[in-house]
Amino acid sequence: MLNTTRQLLTAAYQQVRRIHTAAPVCSDSLFVHRHTADNNPDTPFEFSPDNVKKAQLIVKNYPEGHEAAACIPLLDLAQRQHGWVPLSAMHAVADMLKMPKMRVYEVATFYTMFNREPVGKYFVQICTTTPCMLGGVGSDVILDCLKQELGINPGETTKDGKFTLIEVECLGACVNAPMVQINDNYYEDLTVADMKSIVNGLKRDKVPVAGPRSGQDNRFSCEPKGGLTCLDTPPRGPGFKCRTDL
Amino acid sequence: MLRLWPLARGLQAKQVLASLARCNSSAPPEKLEVFVDDKPVLVEPGTTILQACADAGVEIPRFCYHERLSIAGNCRMCLVEVERSPKPVASCAMPVMKGMKIKTDSPLTKRAREGVMEFLLMNHPLDCPICDQGGECDLQDQSMTFGNDKSRFTDMDHTGKRAVEDKNVGPLIKTIMTRCIHCTRCIRFASEVAGVDDLGTTGRGGDMQVGTYVEKMFKSELSGNVIDLCPVGALTSKPYAFTTRPWETRKIESIDVMDALGSNIVVTMRTNEVMRILPRINEDINEEWISDATRFAYDGLKRQRLTTPFVKNDKGILEQADWESALIKVAQKIVQTPGEKIGAVAGGLVDAEALIALKDYLNRLGSEALCTEEIFPMDGAGTDLRSNYLLNTKIQGVEQADLILLVGTNPRFEAPLFNARIRKSWINNDLTVAMVGSQVDLTYDYEHLGDSASILNDIASGKHPFSKTLAAAKNPMVVVGSSALQRGDGTSIHKAVSTIAQNARVQSGCGEDWKVLNVLHRVASQVAALDLGYKAGVDAIRENPPQILFLLGADEGAITKEDIPADCFVVYQGHHGDRGAAMADVILPGAAYTEKDATYVNTEGRAQQTRTAVTPPMLAREDWKIIRALSEISGNSLPYDKLQEVRDRLYEVSPNLVQYGEAEDANYFKQAQELAQSVSGTIQEKPLTPSMQNLKDFYMTNSIGRASQTMAKCVKAVQDMD
Repeated sequence: MLNTTRQLLTAAYQQVRRIHTAAPVCSDSLFVHRHTADNNPDTPFEFSPDNVKKAQLIVKNYPEGHEAAACIPLLDLAQRQHGWVPLSAMHAVADMLKMPKMRVYEVATFYTMFNREPVGKYFVQICTTTPCMLGGVGSDVILDCLKQELGINPGETTKDGKFTLIEVECLGACVNAPMVQINDNYYEDLTVADMKSIVNGLKRDKVPVAGPRSGQDNRFSCEPKGGLTCLDTPPRGPGFKCRTDL
Repeated sequence: MLRLWPLARGLQAKQVLASLARCNSSAPPEKLEVFVDDKPVLVEPGTTILQACADAGVEIPRFCYHERLSIAGNCRMCLVEVERSPKPVASCAMPVMKGMKIKTDSPLTKRAREGVMEFLLMNHPLDCPICDQGGECDLQDQSMTFGNDKSRFTDMDHTGKRAVEDKNVGPLIKTIMTRCIHCTRCIRFASEVAGVDDLGTTGRGGDMQVGTYVEKMFKSELSGNVIDLCPVGALTSKPYAFTTRPWETRKIESIDVMDALGSNIVVTMRTNEVMRILPRINEDINEEWISDATRFAYDGLKRQRLTTPFVKNDKGILEQADWESALIKVAQKIVQTPGEKIGAVAGGLVDAEALIALKDYLNRLGSEALCTEEIFPMDGAGTDLRSNYLLNTKIQGVEQADLILLVGTNPRFEAPLFNARIRKSWINNDLTVAMVGSQVDLTYDYEHLGDSASILNDIASGKHPFSKTLAAAKNPMVVVGSSALQRGDGTSIHKAVSTIAQNARVQSGCGEDWKVLNVLHRVASQVAALDLGYKAGVDAIRENPPQILFLLGADEGAITKEDIPADCFVVYQGHHGDRGAAMADVILPGAAYTEKDATYVNTEGRAQQTRTAVTPPMLAREDWKIIRALSEISGNSLPYDKLQEVRDRLYEVSPNLVQYGEAEDANYFKQAQELAQSVSGTIQEKPLTPSMQNLKDFYMTNSIGRASQTMAKCVKAVQDMD
């Protein structure tokens, strides 16, 4: 009796398709442009003379007729110059590469590292993906510390325009979790104290040295915590374990 | 292909593979045998699986693939199983290989289609009942045919469905972007055919959306075609929104008259009302595109119409009348007036039947003063030789040409589909384009030789550096716009152009079959009128002021009250209360092109016929019948009572007028050019400026366009954007 019931239930269960009902995650940024006071086609933007030279060098890397390949590096150059990429910067890139504006918009909206909205002088990206959440002290406390120190929530910019804080997905430094990226620098193996000192340094415009911090015994890089577990002897010379007659 | 932006996208798999297949032998590539559902088919190397299946008579479902656009391969609907391939392959982008066994009906193929369809429908709203695409929707049809019969969708609160903001791209295209399935057909059309890189995809992954990023109008004269291209209801027609369902309408195959190309159209009708106009495929003329004026000016057919005859009363005010009194009034005047004192001017929308009826009638009365509003040089061979005023190379000839010289024309707005052909050839065949005339945006690069007409003399005499380029071309074309020939020195320009063309023809050694000289007209009636022997231009009327002036749809203001004596009796026959009707003493309401079976000859000299889609409004009647009735009342009955008899008469005058669909070759270029040498006069220094410079000039070019609210909205939208 029990057996029959179980068989029936199993059969019934197999007939039903199993469904995942997690809601899709959408990006929080906008993929259409809205004219605002600080981002419109008339926002002043012009490549500085230095950057014009750099841009010309970049464009030269690509064969003639394929100048459009320089779109990403030029947008990056624009972002480095202006802090973020306003619409007028996209237009400047389009003009420089003689490509349709829409094609530049496509590139700029595709890559999340182009900031199409103004960001603070220090753009703090904290990784909260699983390895960072679990590794070291965990990203949760680091995020709490950042919120407290900066007085803002993720996605916001401080009133003085100095810091922007966002939560991001894996930045590829899982071995050194938890970590934050501030502008181009990775700060890894963080503890709350490290985070505080970094933020305080930046508040005084002193950029701390990038790399692992105290969190995991002041590692040099991403080597194992308890010392090397392999490749710990000097490398063998040539001819090691070779036949003598060779 | 390198001219297309971006470069890689343009390289169609077909061409690449065809060239690979060819690279080690000069002989034509052998055909490959492939098997579609075990049925053998022989196809060219480089054919895609999808095309091979089409050859075998199997239609593969698709969304992103379109014959006239580059291959994108992003919808995945065309997945099929290929034997010994580990996964189903996208047949639209996969070239065939020898002995390939394609299974279009296998369980794997079916499952692949069901899977793709499920993903597409997951983020597609279930709003078919309120969607304008309903009934002609590829997604609807294909989900019925190839989709799963069960749904796994459980999110009844719609918390997870994608929603995308609608874009405002102007007064013609309505967007409901949530319905978009990202096939990118509209984007490819805009960048490849229309040449306006305004559409694109922004964002990535689930956030990707099709649009313009910055809100702006899709500023193209061909924009309406994306409505037909869109496989779902994301892009629909704004003027047509929520009016009819496709199954409620009748579709009448007809011809467009908004420009001189005679694009083939389908007029959709319900309850005696034109609901919309769609393109019909004709490879010789419009492929499968039509211009926005063709597609959207139809609401002008319902406004400002002349629905009843009008007669001016004693106080000089036009009063409604019945046909009898109006015709008697005209007939009385005609009987009292000597024949040579009667003149007629035909406008740009008049059909060949009305033209021949009016000509026969006035000839019977003893008048030869029949003119067209459009001017064309009459000196030299003038309009006696057809080769002088036709687009001799034909529209399709553009695809064989390797060099085009445009003279005083802006084909983008004068003949948008001719321009689309040039662009197509410019992309695919490395066509060189040069231009004498004002610099305009033609959507492709061209060599601008200057805007002064005197450059033509330099080219003709071989002094200009461009003469060498022209002489080196194998299949050159010289296209002169009709507006360039309408200047005071039009004759000299025509002479110079025909000399250029004749020189190029001799020097290129292209042979007798290749024509070089082309005239691009702007109005639909002109070629038929010239074939029938109308005088081009209204000079004859100005020189011999008539006592009765018959305006047959003449609305462009070539003749005004100042040109004719104050006591001249003006009869206007036409379908719109426009400029012509404003100066008339008697108005006879005629039929528009959707309301009659009529013959139009396009700029190539190709006769085509429109079909009656709706009846003329109220008392309006077909034009030739009105003239026939008038002739009877005035006692000079025309000898035809039926349409077929009118067409027999057309055949008598010029057989090509009733050889529908055919464009007869015109010859005697050499003789025409020799006759042109007798013409005296010099080319003036004035710049050659085409009448239509910007998009805003494009929408309202005739009485139908001027009466259309949609066209007015377009003009306003373009002006606001500039």
